[in-house]
Amino acid sequence: MMSETVQILSDNIELEQSPLHTDEMTLNMGPQHPSTHGVLRVILKTDGEIIKDAKPFIGYLHRCFEKHAENVQWQMVIPFTDRMDYLASMNNNFGYVIGVEKLMCIEVNERVEYLRIITAELNRIASHLIALGTYGLDIGAFTPFLHMFREREHILDLFEEICGARLLYNFMWVGGLSHDAPDGWAQKVLEFCDYFDPKVKDYNDLLSFNKIFIERTADVGVIPPEVGISYGVSGPSLRGSGVDFDLRKNESYSVYDRFEFNTAVGEGLKGTVGDCWDRYWVRILEMEESIKIIRQAVKDLPDGDVKEKIPKIVKVPKGEIYQRTETPRGELGYFIVSEGDKVPYRVKVRSPAFCNLSVLQAIAPGVMIADLVAIIGSLDIVLGEIDR
Amino acid sequence: MTEKEIFERLLEKFKDAIGEFNEEVIQPFATIKAAEVEKVCTYLRDNEAFEFDWLSNLSAVHYPHSEEEQAEQKEDELEVVYHLYSFKHNHKMILKTRVPVSNPKIPSVAMLWRTADWHEREAYDLLGVEFTDHPDLRRILLPEDWEGFPLRKDYVTPQTYNNMTVPYPEEKGDLHDE
Repeated sequence: MMSETVQILSDNIELEQSPLHTDEMTLNMGPQHPSTHGVLRVILKTDGEIIKDAKPFIGYLHRCFEKHAENVQWQMVIPFTDRMDYLASMNNNFGYVIGVEKLMCIEVNERVEYLRIITAELNRIASHLIALGTYGLDIGAFTPFLHMFREREHILDLFEEICGARLLYNFMWVGGLSHDAPDGWAQKVLEFCDYFDPKVKDYNDLLSFNKIFIERTADVGVIPPEVGISYGVSGPSLRGSGVDFDLRKNESYSVYDRFEFNTAVGEGLKGTVGDCWDRYWVRILEMEESIKIIRQAVKDLPDGDVKEKIPKIVKVPKGEIYQRTETPRGELGYFIVSEGDKVPYRVKVRSPAFCNLSVLQAIAPGVMIADLVAIIGSLDIVLGEIDR
Repeated sequence: MTEKEIFERLLEKFKDAIGEFNEEVIQPFATIKAAEVEKVCTYLRDNEAFEFDWLSNLSAVHYPHSEEEQAEQKEDELEVVYHLYSFKHNHKMILKTRVPVSNPKIPSVAMLWRTADWHEREAYDLLGVEFTDHPDLRRILLPEDWEGFPLRKDYVTPQTYNNMTVPYPEEKGDLHDE
């Protein structure tokens, strides 16, 4: 007993004499945190302000999409896909319907294809506007956010006119579309393109080349291409690392091969290739490319009936398919299994934000806590899609 | 390389571990033995002829036995599907493997492609596939104390969770009755 007390005492003395002693601190970030873009929780192990380890915890928004899909008819799955990535619902519909159409071996007419591409690209711009606006907000720039929301509003008005909804569209159906474009809609899309073109310069002046913004994002959160590929990072986040890969070009679906556009790739203009600024910059460039695609598509928009091939109850022959498409966040894959029934046997979604977020554990160690906010923002995650 | 050529190369190298090749479907696939998954995948990733550096998707599907199989006393099976892609060679491959529900063990590929880390956790969470040698195999989408694997076809929604009544017990809709 006596000797133990002595031991403890001598331990304490040693502590007092040792140089400044610091402990690793475990810090909980989220799920209610303004810059985690939804209900994401990250457990941080920090040494002072430096992060040693970051573990994301997800699932707070899990709504059993895959289980629901097994219990409703083929067409009824589409509204559920809307609700996964609620910022880019058109793009989510797109992947599912062309997957099912390929399984059924049906082809849709040209007008449907063109309208699908126009709406998908408009939605890509709307989604990037939110990504960039809220990214500025995370970093501390409030004005660009308001500008970008103003422009997004115009896109939502266009969507409201074509399908009646502003956020969750249920617009693309298996074999067609829910509504045809009303008279004069195509003209309004062109007017929007003319309106939007000069705005990109505003964003650059306000945010992209703002010195404070560059200081906060350049050389921060660098994802080396091989790390990105290993973690399954896709879309603008992977292209920011200098990998020239876009499913619209490299594995063209629908009629994307008819349009001329470039793939935006990060070049490390303000720092290292693959840093947060590069990922931001790729999105700015992509909006311009989307405008190019929309202009070409509206110019050649053919006539036709958008509903002619929609049966009331779809029956899909036995088979399975993995269909991947390029959404604003990256590679969205639907693995659809059909047993020839009225309901899907299995619908598995490979969601891009899910994989993009997983890279956080690899790049977060060694950065400051404030930079973690910049990294999460630059990955542009949507928790609705991660948790499904 | 086409899927057929890749399959023939695999057959040459691994012989017994490789099952059959199905090319009558929209996307041809090869079946492999569950125990050999990691070896085959390592070969596919590292060999210069293939260089599959991108694991697109990893999904699991539950196949309960049909009535005829029940007569033969066959067990329910879980199928795991790997969709591979190579940036360099621009080719694809689909691998499938099956394990019985009573012993759903498959070697993990999480250290080959880090994408598989979370995907395998998801497959474990929702379908109960156990990936051996996975660095951190625990539930990812559902709460840690959840019981059962919801995406199995024989799953019954629990009536209570943590002493709370689950408000909507399982109701099979008319879709299945017709």
